[in-house]
Amino acid sequence: MTAQPAQGEFKKQHLIDPEICIRCNTCEATCPVNAITHDANNYVVDIEKCNFCLDCIAPCPTGSIDNWRVIKEAYSLEEQLSWTELPKQEDLGDAAIDTVQAVDDDVVRMLDGAHAGAGGKVVPPASASKPAVNLYRRDKMAVATVQGNFRITAPGTESDIHHIVLGFGEQVFPVLEGQSIGIVPPGTRSDGKPHDIRLYSIASARDGEKRNANNVSLTIKRVKEGIGSNYMCDLKVGEKVEVTGPFGATFLMPNDANANIVMICTGTGSAPFRAFTERRRRAMANAPGRMIMFFGARTPQELPYFGPLQKVPRTLLESHLVFSRIPGADKEYVQDRIRTESKTIAALLTDVNTHVYICGLKGMEAGVEEALADVCRKHGQDWAALKPTMRASGRYHVETY
Amino acid sequence: MSGSSASAVLGAVDYSTKIPNNVNLVSDARVLKALEQWHPGYIDWWMTMGPEGFQTSEVYLRTAVSIDPKGWAKFDYVKMPEYRWGILLAPQDENRLVNFGAHKGEKAWQDVPGEYRAMLRRLIVIQGDTEPASVEQQRFLGATAPSLYDMRNLFQVNVEEGRHLWAMVYLLHKYFGKDGREEADGLLQRRSGDADKPRMLGAFNEETPDWLSFFMFTYFTDRDGKMQLESLAQSGFDPLSRTCRFMLTEEAHHMFVGETGVGRTIERTCEAMKAAGIEDPYEIARVRALGVIDLPTIQKKANLHYSLSLDLFGSEVSTNAANFYNAGLKGRFMETKIEDDHVLTSANYPVLKLVDGQIRSVDEPALTAINMRLRDDYSKDCQGGVNRWNTIIQKSGIKFELTLPSVAFNRHIGEFKDIHASPDGKLLTDEQWIKNRDNWLPSKADGDFIASLMKPCWEPGKYASWIAAPKVGIDHKAGDFEYVRIYGV
Repeated sequence: MTAQPAQGEFKKQHLIDPEICIRCNTCEATCPVNAITHDANNYVVDIEKCNFCLDCIAPCPTGSIDNWRVIKEAYSLEEQLSWTELPKQEDLGDAAIDTVQAVDDDVVRMLDGAHAGAGGKVVPPASASKPAVNLYRRDKMAVATVQGNFRITAPGTESDIHHIVLGFGEQVFPVLEGQSIGIVPPGTRSDGKPHDIRLYSIASARDGEKRNANNVSLTIKRVKEGIGSNYMCDLKVGEKVEVTGPFGATFLMPNDANANIVMICTGTGSAPFRAFTERRRRAMANAPGRMIMFFGARTPQELPYFGPLQKVPRTLLESHLVFSRIPGADKEYVQDRIRTESKTIAALLTDVNTHVYICGLKGMEAGVEEALADVCRKHGQDWAALKPTMRASGRYHVETY
Repeated sequence: MSGSSASAVLGAVDYSTKIPNNVNLVSDARVLKALEQWHPGYIDWWMTMGPEGFQTSEVYLRTAVSIDPKGWAKFDYVKMPEYRWGILLAPQDENRLVNFGAHKGEKAWQDVPGEYRAMLRRLIVIQGDTEPASVEQQRFLGATAPSLYDMRNLFQVNVEEGRHLWAMVYLLHKYFGKDGREEADGLLQRRSGDADKPRMLGAFNEETPDWLSFFMFTYFTDRDGKMQLESLAQSGFDPLSRTCRFMLTEEAHHMFVGETGVGRTIERTCEAMKAAGIEDPYEIARVRALGVIDLPTIQKKANLHYSLSLDLFGSEVSTNAANFYNAGLKGRFMETKIEDDHVLTSANYPVLKLVDGQIRSVDEPALTAINMRLRDDYSKDCQGGVNRWNTIIQKSGIKFELTLPSVAFNRHIGEFKDIHASPDGKLLTDEQWIKNRDNWLPSKADGDFIASLMKPCWEPGKYASWIAAPKVGIDHKAGDFEYVRIYGV
């Protein structure tokens, strides 16, 4: 890794693309801190006021709102108001990329979108290791070799989820649990442009799927007609894959034996939690901090890593596997189990060592949050006040897609 | 951001009833029942008058699951008849006041003030009537969609117009009793362009024969809708204000479809002209031979839709508008951001009028000139997008500038309805008008040419000859994303 930049030397600035914006005023009306203003020409964001809550992102009908630049010196409101197009990302050297999750616009957008559920500016856990990000980009990709690819859901089930291992050989590719890597499927889209980057969470610990193997594993669900997932799930051992990343600087695990880690996931959202669990097993197997996982799937046959999970000792990981489609049984979702375990959860939430992580489809976010709010209500706590406190201290993390 | 989870709970939509809502319908048995009775008629209307031929297709639509910023744009594939049309109001602010007119400073009304009942009902019915009308006008466009992306945008506009109808119907059922129910039924009975039972406003009885018309309509006519909604969002009748505030967030998408649709049409034309080495935009036959729409024809379309939309603002000087304002029912655009007394009993406003055969600015009492003020704000808003279109042309190096025609041009309502004027505002004799009409408004031949380009292009990631691909996808989807699964799966 490159030298650490001086604190505060680089910042990320939120900007609106004037070529795409239609000046509908939705963002300005939505912004809770009045960071957005306009003149007859452009709508612009005040870097002094924007708190990265991302409330403006979803309501924007154009996507113009979703633009970010890493900067040394902020673009002033006057400059932004005069623009007819966005300035390109300045080349600030490798030092700049340390301060942010990623540099490529599309990757930043995906990560910010995935983390939006946290409801505000997210910081990594205080004790987390320092991540390397963006070592490889579109213009300079790493080439990985497929070392393994097999299906981990039962044959015959609708859900075709693969465990894929990629080796980096002699290339330096340092990762942390919770980070993602980017894959660009070969070929072009029908409009002739290269395919978009697909982000996949790493499912292995920082020192490799096997210790010191310089490889990573991924958990990928085949999506009908999905170009990225079909490309990945069809890979044969020995084939080469172009990789970017690593990405992500906040959804990281605490490097602290006292930290309690609550992990809530569905489907392939389990990938980072497999990595977390393995890291703790390797580095601090007898840590006093608890690891507790709520993992939902339709059936055991469709729950990735169902078999291996049974073998994880309960002293390391307390796992709640819940199923919504078991014939004859009531449907149960992760939020239901969180409510059932409300006493445990409530006790954990009062502990400043507790870190909560949610990972899976966007659709699970609201239900899980409501369950957490219910748990708090039942035990005399206030989720609306607790959540921002946890988030600001790097203890509440959402990654949904 | 401590408020966000609280507001998520406040704004959460109840899906337990047939009609998703955030107005606690479940505890309002009377209104719930009335709406449930209205529901089959609505679905019937949607099936017969909604998008023709695509009711079983799966469309990648956004649906609101709550009204807070994080929840109101969830994207997924939906069959349109299964879209969850619901009643969604912006959160109530307990301290909200009437911000203008004779009642300025009073607490905003949670119920209909008896003296304004008829006035308010009329405002709501007029607004409500435009929503299904535009769906009817656009119902055949799916068949000629220039891409799946555009088809999806059309259907998004359509289902949201449907939801806006629901929004108005809720107010009628909730606050206006029996006559409210009758009006709600009437909204399903009138038909755009029908000789016997037409929609209430002129522009909503015009045809939308092609996609350029659709884009112009969403740019110019839906922008009138935005101005009307914004001034109703100022209303002292709080439920109307709250409903309109949420509708405005959806309306923004319609503006987007219009502005970028016209912009992409222009972009493609310029691109094709450059590639063919054509510099003169008036070499119409050569440009058309490239399979793109020539810039002068785009100007004519803009002239038509802008002038038709100006008619929607009504008479420049209007006692009705003054009464609505004075009563605190309908304000001005961005009322609370305007710096004046918000009562307007002693203020004047300049109005363009026909005086001694000339177009002149005359000061009128500001109260009666409310429509004119809104229309001026509208024109300013329209000019913004026209400037962006011109930037596209300029960047290509072609010498052509699109302009908004004079407000006296091609008018059927208001001060200039009895005269003819050129786009640059010169008064014309009947003879001059007839001679030049086809230079300024789309002719039959122009319409035929555009119609000849309206060939469906339904392969993911592909676009018809006359329109450029968008710069970014909806929900950041890749360029070849299948926005509509036409035959379902």
